[in-house]
Amino acid sequence: MLSRLLGPQRRYLWFWVFTGPFVIGLTVFGYVPLLWSITLSFFDAHNTVTPSHFVGFANYTAILSDSAFTSSLATFAVFSLFIVPATYALSLALALMVNRLRLARAFFRSVFFLPTACSYVVASMIWKLSIFNGVRFGLANTVLGWLGPDPVAWLSTTRPPWYWVVIVTVRLWLQAGFYLVLFLAGLQRIPGTLYEAAAVDGARPGWQVFRYITFPQLRATSVAVVLLLVINAFQAFDEFYNLLSTARGYPPYARPPLVYLYYVALGQGQDLGMGSAGAVVLALVIAVATVVQARWFGLGRKEA
Amino acid sequence: MGEGLRSFARALRVVILIALAVLFLIPFYLLVRNGLASESDITAAHWTFFPTHVRWGNVRELFDDPSVPMLHALWNSTRIAVATTAGTLLLASLAGYGLARIPYPWANHVFYGILGTLMIPSAVTFVPSFVLVSTLGWISTLRGLIVPTLFSGFAAFLFRQYFLGFPRELEDAARVDGLGYWRTYWRVVVPNSAPVFAAVGAIVFIGSWNAFLWPLVIGQDQQSWTVQVALATFNNGQTVNLHEMFVAAAVSILPLLVVFVVLQRFIVAGVERSGIDD
Repeated sequence: MLSRLLGPQRRYLWFWVFTGPFVIGLTVFGYVPLLWSITLSFFDAHNTVTPSHFVGFANYTAILSDSAFTSSLATFAVFSLFIVPATYALSLALALMVNRLRLARAFFRSVFFLPTACSYVVASMIWKLSIFNGVRFGLANTVLGWLGPDPVAWLSTTRPPWYWVVIVTVRLWLQAGFYLVLFLAGLQRIPGTLYEAAAVDGARPGWQVFRYITFPQLRATSVAVVLLLVINAFQAFDEFYNLLSTARGYPPYARPPLVYLYYVALGQGQDLGMGSAGAVVLALVIAVATVVQARWFGLGRKEA
Repeated sequence: MGEGLRSFARALRVVILIALAVLFLIPFYLLVRNGLASESDITAAHWTFFPTHVRWGNVRELFDDPSVPMLHALWNSTRIAVATTAGTLLLASLAGYGLARIPYPWANHVFYGILGTLMIPSAVTFVPSFVLVSTLGWISTLRGLIVPTLFSGFAAFLFRQYFLGFPRELEDAARVDGLGYWRTYWRVVVPNSAPVFAAVGAIVFIGSWNAFLWPLVIGQDQQSWTVQVALATFNNGQTVNLHEMFVAAAVSILPLLVVFVVLQRFIVAGVERSGIDD
């Protein structure tokens, strides 16, 4: 009887022996900063983390009326409008092609997956200084030169905004392989019998099979991929910072939310109150976006 | 569809794939080409596909250049990535096992509390985390670069999912032998879970080696620069030569490519599992 009573209680103890260290760490380095930041957002906190001057919603009104903040949201919108469809289409197309290979499938998957190992810093360096270098010896300008046109100053031309070509292609290269792997896994899960049935029903291989079998069957994968792409685009910082900032500082264009936040909270002013307010606003934006998107696609509905 | 048409489509597919594969490899080619070229080869008016003289001396030049603390940055990155990987594997695997296997009435709440942190984008937490770390006095220390990153909800989640599918018979056999949770875990579960440790370990290691925003924010003085921060500093400045920058980038990516190629099978499996299902 006693051992029976002790049994479950020892179990509780063991549960916390296993999970305790992790949970404590996550609380201290995850939840505490979050709550602290929410607090800071209601204070005047220049260069201090223990402010005493309560300002209510002043930081929020300040940041929401700051045109630099709203334009950073617009920058994110433009960026995701480019990068989300582009990555989705490329990685799905690659997955479809690689999946139908009989030979060298692992080889091609490896080649497309390899950039995943590269850092945004290194990739940005290659893009900025070698491929899209604004002078004549840059690779893109060399190729252009063979065709005729004059060299383009890719990163400093705002009309037309050529810098988007550089920003979008670097991320496309870095992340396509990751989503290719997700799509390949999704394709493997489609039961072969569906294709046999489609063939019996006279569906033509190619577009019809893709339209009525493959694409609907990839629904769950597609939803996850789009969600991840949007969230990751929202957090873009590395390539913007490394492509655009120079010894003279960061140009006034192409500042996504995180770059904006970086300069507000950790730049010269060290305005942690306003930076925290910005972080909270961004958290709300992404939470709403995630929920809306999940509703839209019916994620969270139990799948059979 | 005729047989001829079908094999034409197949051939076309292969040609497109090869073209795209070449395109995807170009950045790596540029890294090596520029890294082993002389400055005048890189900036020449006419494109040279490979330097006329391969200059391995660029590597030594890089490490001999006192204005570029590359060796120290590599050493920092190595220590940080190794410690982060080891710590994450230990903490997250224990938590994942506890959540998956030890009955506890509030286990689901704990799990959702961990899952909740995955919903909070790191974009949103870097300011508050910076605040915390600076309060602790950990700016520009290895501690500040390592400890806050050790508690990965993502890793705990992957381990939990994996342990849920771990064959119970093995643990039952250990139980019969009189082993408790602790010793069952270390003697039976861990030795039989190498693939998941390899997958999570590789993903964490690569993520840590390539991390940029956190090391940039925390590693403020040169002593605590990681490789990525050092590279970014050269990249944004105008003091360093192109060939030196590219050879530095190539050196920085080399250890990672080795990890990546050796463990690729596990990484792919880990990425697949991180997908959506469950």
